[in-house]
Amino acid sequence: MSETLLDERPQANAKPKPQPPIGLLAELTHRCPLRCTYCSNPIELESRSAELDTETWKRVFSQAAELGVIHLHLSGGEPCARKDIVELTRHAAEVGLYTNLITSGVGVKESQLDALLEAGCDHIQLSMQGADEEITVAVAGMKGAFERKQAFAKQVVDRGFPLTLNSVIHRQNIHQVPTMIEKAVEFGAKRIEIAHTQYYGWALKNRAHLMPTKADVDKTIEQVEEARERLKGTLVIDAVFPDYYAKYPKLCNGGWGARTFSVTPSGKVLPCHAAETIEHLEFWSVSDHDLADVWYNGPAFEAYRGTDWMQEPCRSCERKHIDFGGCRCQALALVGDAAATDPACVKSPHHDRIGDLARSESAYVPDPTKVSYRLIGAA
Amino acid sequence: MSDLGDDTVPKLPHGVKFREDKARGGYILVGPERIYNIDGVSVEILKRVDGAASIQRIVADLATVFTAEEAVIRPDVEAFLIDLRDKQMVVL
Repeated sequence: MSETLLDERPQANAKPKPQPPIGLLAELTHRCPLRCTYCSNPIELESRSAELDTETWKRVFSQAAELGVIHLHLSGGEPCARKDIVELTRHAAEVGLYTNLITSGVGVKESQLDALLEAGCDHIQLSMQGADEEITVAVAGMKGAFERKQAFAKQVVDRGFPLTLNSVIHRQNIHQVPTMIEKAVEFGAKRIEIAHTQYYGWALKNRAHLMPTKADVDKTIEQVEEARERLKGTLVIDAVFPDYYAKYPKLCNGGWGARTFSVTPSGKVLPCHAAETIEHLEFWSVSDHDLADVWYNGPAFEAYRGTDWMQEPCRSCERKHIDFGGCRCQALALVGDAAATDPACVKSPHHDRIGDLARSESAYVPDPTKVSYRLIGAA
Repeated sequence: MSDLGDDTVPKLPHGVKFREDKARGGYILVGPERIYNIDGVSVEILKRVDGAASIQRIVADLATVFTAEEAVIRPDVEAFLIDLRDKQMVVL
């Protein structure tokens, strides 16, 4: 048996024939009752009227299963804001996809949960913005959200279904990491993701409000390691640490066009959910192309797949098959060139600049009235 | 040395699926954000994890199929299942 944990098995060849994808992030809608400051949705949210209809999503799921997708992540926005969420889940399960519902839990009625589980939903991932009401409201912009989440978690666990909590960490809640882990145990979750904010979309806009200090990040690394050992067999803890303070960049999505991809509410197929920030790329739509055609031939997928596109220092780097030069969207956002080395890398000529930026932003005392809560979503 | 009783019935919990991976070949055990490639004898073990068969029955069956001693097979089967239990992929 060999473990192939997501994001840990890059492909080795410079111009490989792409392997089939293993994961599809289906952003069913951008509508969401929460307004989280760290939201990774684009600033330009897609409207309800632009959303794919039920039959098109079903066709996409059938094509995904045929193509080799294993995990289907039903996400958004809030996926349960779609009236057809149960029907879509049922279809995904029927074509053999492992369905993971990524939800805020706040607007999901108990009867809807029962219907989702009956329809074949395999796993539920519940977002957790804080370990109490005060922080949850400050981050998510919705009163009563914490209590609703707690009730939802109990409903899932009481039905014998596995629950993962997903906590996006930033300076507003970083001091609550140990409490969030304890809450996960208390809620009966099997797994928690302690994921430091990745700075895209709304999170990039709010970066100065979100960036934690290096000292606080180091502390959470210790806290996670301690809890992981202590809770072995009870709770699995997966952690993602912020790359602004890192030495090497992250292996973004397991490599561009290598393992996972996304479909937006309106049907655009993206190599990663932030890829639209790279404006010169041409994104094909599920309305015009079969999913396999997009994966193997779509120009946006071809653009940064493998290593041929690389410049120095990536091109001659011994780590180029390990992290593929990091994140293209981050290279564009911070350096102005999507084909540059991700400045999270120590070999990037801009590396010192992002470390300085993180240090200065984390030292800045933000005015909470200036933070941009994301929009609920256009009608 | 045996850690699990004869009557222990291993099963896959909700949220874990064992299936063939037609696109890439072979078998996989799938859980939340996790995919394990399963090969060789491990495939034969998991094919017998149906929530009804006990460890003893699984081992006896494998011993017949592979014409091997139960006492030789059992520690490997147990170690495999205990490892998966620790990963929350099997309930014992």
